[in-house]
Amino acid sequence: MTGKQLADELSRSRLEDGAEVDPVLHEGKRGKIVSPKKKRTISSEKILEVDDLHVTFSTYGGTVQAVRGVTFDLYKGETLAIVGESGCGKSVTSNAIMGLVEQPPGKISSKGVHFKSRNLAKLSKKEMRKIQGVDISMIFQDPMTALNPTLTIGEQLMEGVKQHKNLSSAEAKKRAIEMLSLVGIPNPDERLKQYPHQFSGGMRQRIVIAIALICEPELLIADEPTTALDVTIQAQILELFEEIQSKTGVSIILITHDLGVVAKIADRIAVMYAGKIIETGNKREIFYTPQHPYTQGLLSSVPRLDLTGGELKPIDGTPPDLFSPPSGCPFAARCPFAMEVCREVYPATTEKSDTHRVDCWLQDSRAQKLIEEGAFAR
Amino acid sequence: MAMYIFKRFWMMLATIFIIATLTFFLMHAVPGSPLEAERTTNETIQANLEKFYKLDQPLHIQYFDYMKSIATFDFGPSIKDPNRTVNELLERGFPISFELGIITILVAVISGILLGTLAALRHNKMIDYAAMAFAVIGISIPNFVLATLLIQQLAVTWGIFPPATWKSPMHMVLPVLALATGPMAIIARLTRSSMLEVLTQDYIKMARAKGIKPIRIVLRHALRNALMPVVTIMGTLLAGILTGTFVIEKIFAIPGMGKYFVDSINNRDYPVIMGTTVFYSAFLIFMLFLVDIVYGLLDPRIKLHKKEGDV
Repeated sequence: MTGKQLADELSRSRLEDGAEVDPVLHEGKRGKIVSPKKKRTISSEKILEVDDLHVTFSTYGGTVQAVRGVTFDLYKGETLAIVGESGCGKSVTSNAIMGLVEQPPGKISSKGVHFKSRNLAKLSKKEMRKIQGVDISMIFQDPMTALNPTLTIGEQLMEGVKQHKNLSSAEAKKRAIEMLSLVGIPNPDERLKQYPHQFSGGMRQRIVIAIALICEPELLIADEPTTALDVTIQAQILELFEEIQSKTGVSIILITHDLGVVAKIADRIAVMYAGKIIETGNKREIFYTPQHPYTQGLLSSVPRLDLTGGELKPIDGTPPDLFSPPSGCPFAARCPFAMEVCREVYPATTEKSDTHRVDCWLQDSRAQKLIEEGAFAR
Repeated sequence: MAMYIFKRFWMMLATIFIIATLTFFLMHAVPGSPLEAERTTNETIQANLEKFYKLDQPLHIQYFDYMKSIATFDFGPSIKDPNRTVNELLERGFPISFELGIITILVAVISGILLGTLAALRHNKMIDYAAMAFAVIGISIPNFVLATLLIQQLAVTWGIFPPATWKSPMHMVLPVLALATGPMAIIARLTRSSMLEVLTQDYIKMARAKGIKPIRIVLRHALRNALMPVVTIMGTLLAGILTGTFVIEKIFAIPGMGKYFVDSINNRDYPVIMGTTVFYSAFLIFMLFLVDIVYGLLDPRIKLHKKEGDV
């Protein structure tokens, strides 16, 4: 199915559901369509500007170019989803922003990673520690391993605020109890004294979120926060994200490969492939009018309840080897529309709208002419 | 917890009972007797002596007498040295052996953990290689060889430390060094490998993402988890140190329990063998019990007070 057909399909379901409801959010709980999202204000102030970020790792087998020039901005109060398949560099991107890439074996270079006008790339480890957990927090994928099994929940919650905000134990405890209530843990007072193994997976993820939020960060990087959870818990955690964002106005970078999650909470989407962002746009642009063949392939490989008949269409082939990435478009080898030029030269970025950008030769005016002539008709 | 200690107490008693029984029968299975001497004794005297020490009684009677002596913790006089009771020997020897053992354990544990942690934090750097080379040497050289080398170099050639006896802290350095090096090397290697593993865990990454100071990450987040395997092998190491004291006490002429223990076996001095064996095993069992308690303190997931299915 092409992006056009998908968009038509989606707009049809929108007409049936009523204008206020986002038709993409079809995962609805208890059979009904998810309620319209609370109005949030996304300001025009940029909180994070990543410019041409490269990350490489030296290994015995050679140098892996995990991230190959990633550029994106994040606005205050916005949720940006970075999607892509395993190994495309999305986690490495977030670790690099967060200062969690060990150097060596890692190597980071960029034209700047600006967080509120401070260049994170230039900070020393010590200066970075004053930002980690305070201004930028991170939520990890697996709540079963992200909490230290030998320390109480209370200690893991409080150590950050105690160190960064110089709170007394009593103040820190008060704050910790507030946070546990915010993330919906009953009896926070009692629960503080317990150890991680005394909580279920969903509860632990709530605690991880509470730990990330306790110093009131302005940016939250969530690295596959729902992947390790079962589906019912996933929905609860996503709702918690939305609730927290509307309460605190925190900006979120959501790393995921789950398009259902993206559809639920993202404002803007960046699609990553082989260490590059190949398409960005707001949610509607990406879901209704995907321009890059990879994005289209990604969308048509997602199972949908509302489209009967037809099979899932996986994308044939595998991503390129990042030890020696191709000089042209990395998707060319798997792309049904690939042209000679795609294999040789990486395409320039085309701006489809203020928010929608895509790196693809099909956007070139010469290719557009061919499309009109029907060269790519299938 | 009280329930656990109560249960463990009875299990410890049962273990001691089994050890005592085994020792008794093994001891009597070994040819020879405490009254055998180089010169031939008059038969009547021999018979009288055997009667006095009740060695003429059937084995099971001797066994019950012996069990009674353990229960009352009164092992009677030594056969070779009738002026002293076994209890006196234990009272005199134990404090010295205990001192040697405890100092050795402390030195081995503290320096082993320190060395292992440093090696892990400087993984594949100079300190790591040096520490591990040292550890391999420490594991490979038996303590009695090390002891003689230390005496030769540090005491005889350089004269820094006294070569033998147990009188002042200076006297303690060489025996403790000889005895502690092996266990320390084992602990260092184990700490290093488990520390390296712990440092790659998600919760360490998460602590770093929280901006926690590195020193706190190591001490509070990593070390406690990394010490689990170390605590697990502490039981075996304790047994090793305990048996090591026999040899080391002999080499350094330290008047501890080890001397009596070894002598008593050579002499078939039944009461002393029984007394020292039971005492040693009781002590070791108690230390193992302490190790289990420490294990529970380190890892909250291990519940000692679980009602069913515990150890």
